Amino acid sequence: MRLRQAVREHAVAMGFSLVDQTKIVTAASELGRNTVLYGGGGVARIERIASASRRGLRLTFEDSGPGIPDLAAAMREGFTTGNGLGLGLPGAKRLADEFRIDSQVGKGTRVSIVRWKPY
Amino acid sequence: MERIPILRMGRFLLVTIQVDMHDQLALALQDDLTQRIVKDRARGVLIDISSLDVVDSFIGRMISNIAAMSRVLDAQTVVVGMRPAVAITLVELGLDLPGVRTALNVERGMALLQEPLS
Amino acid sequence: MSERDNDALVALLQRHEAAILDEWLREQSASRRRGDPAQDAEARTTSRELLAAIAGALAAGGGADIAGAPWEKVRDILAELSARRANQGYSASDTATLLFALKQPLFRHLREDVKDAGKFADALWRASTVVDSLGLHATEMYQKTREQVIERQQRELLELSTPVVELWEGILALPLIGTLDSGRTQVVMESLLEKIVESGASIAIIDITGVPTVDTLVAQHLMKTVAAARLMGADCIISGIRPQIAQTIVHLGVDLAQVTTKASLADAFLVALKRTGSEVHLRQAQKG
Repeated sequence: MRLRQAVREHAVAMGFSLVDQTKIVTAASELGRNTVLYGGGGVARIERIASASRRGLRLTFEDSGPGIPDLAAAMREGFTTGNGLGLGLPGAKRLADEFRIDSQVGKGTRVSIVRWKPY
Repeated sequence: MERIPILRMGRFLLVTIQVDMHDQLALALQDDLTQRIVKDRARGVLIDISSLDVVDSFIGRMISNIAAMSRVLDAQTVVVGMRPAVAITLVELGLDLPGVRTALNVERGMALLQEPLS
Repeated sequence: MSERDNDALVALLQRHEAAILDEWLREQSASRRRGDPAQDAEARTTSRELLAAIAGALAAGGGADIAGAPWEKVRDILAELSARRANQGYSASDTATLLFALKQPLFRHLREDVKDAGKFADALWRASTVVDSLGLHATEMYQKTREQVIERQQRELLELSTPVVELWEGILALPLIGTLDSGRTQVVMESLLEKIVESGASIAIIDITGVPTVDTLVAQHLMKTVAAARLMGADCIISGIRPQIAQTIVHLGVDLAQVTTKASLADAFLVALKRTGSEVHLRQAQKG
């Protein structure tokens, strides 16, 4: 996916270690796939952010799909719709430093993750 | 549509994943493999992922499926060449590859396949 | 203060850019220690680029707030310059001094060119605040680079202090010593995995005899490393687990069923040898 490449480039430019890069790109891959498969396609945003003591990368995935009815279940380990290995949400959460999800049935879903790099 | 080539090495089949996999490609691969395992009476399948710098749950699912299929057809599956960063990420992701053995490279993978099951 | 205040400066730079550059370079060398020709050439090129970029930013309406869009190119050049300086070992004030040296030439030309006292004062103020802001910005960039350098050096030190040893063909040993913190453990574990690839090892012995305590985080990292190594086709043996550590691990609910553990590194080595198809024969000690 071109998304993966774009994310990888940003991560490299920001000086993330190879392992961190891989984690970020993998999380992006998971969430991106979700957006396409379950959200009927959507928008992905890559932002470089900074706070007083550190820099980070924020990835946001937004779709206007059916939404997730039972968020708690989706975030539980091992939740599955479709075949096997679930929505990848808990996985993406584990790979990120910060994780936010907003979903409304019938309206859509927005997931955003942040990975920080200390200066 | 392009298809992933399957190489035969004695009683084993070698698949090298290099390109970005999408649904159709993955399904086609699984189809092709099932046919070849039977046709070539293969005892094992080697999946080489040394070119992959990212492995997500989609690829994980595909590998698990291949392993399950192969087992039904009495063949073992060995995944070779996983990169350190990928290994660390998969562990973090909590992705488990059930029924899949691993080896450092194709050579070792074949040696593994040739051993009797312990 | 409005955009019009830039007019005098913009006009000034248009007319006298070359002269200002020359004077600026002279001011720079006056305050700089005797440098080598290569550095001087570099300073000349950078200064020329910087002055052109500053002129451009002012012409685009850039104000005293240099975080704004018109100043982007200047910020980029400054960031690169500061980073280079930080890596070369210059002091923090060096780059700022370089920038402050621009004031004299600017003031001198302003005094000659701008006859109206009010306009002169405004232009002077604008020039002063802009140069000051740039100087501050350069210092901040320098700090950030220094911090990155330190971080990288720390990392390298960590890697050096926890060497992975190849005990035998296909068998690696990682003797961990001292208290492990989360950061160090991660670095160490990553280097172990890299070494596995490099050496083609099939067994890695992680010896924790020299580790007094293991906390939750470290135990988790250890287990993750074992799992990652297995995904790469290598098995891990953990040796040197002391009674207290054993308790911690059990309390944490860590599943050690998959991992072979041995009391000593020596025992672990024997197991590893056997697994890789080698054996050690002890010759009978001769008596009398």
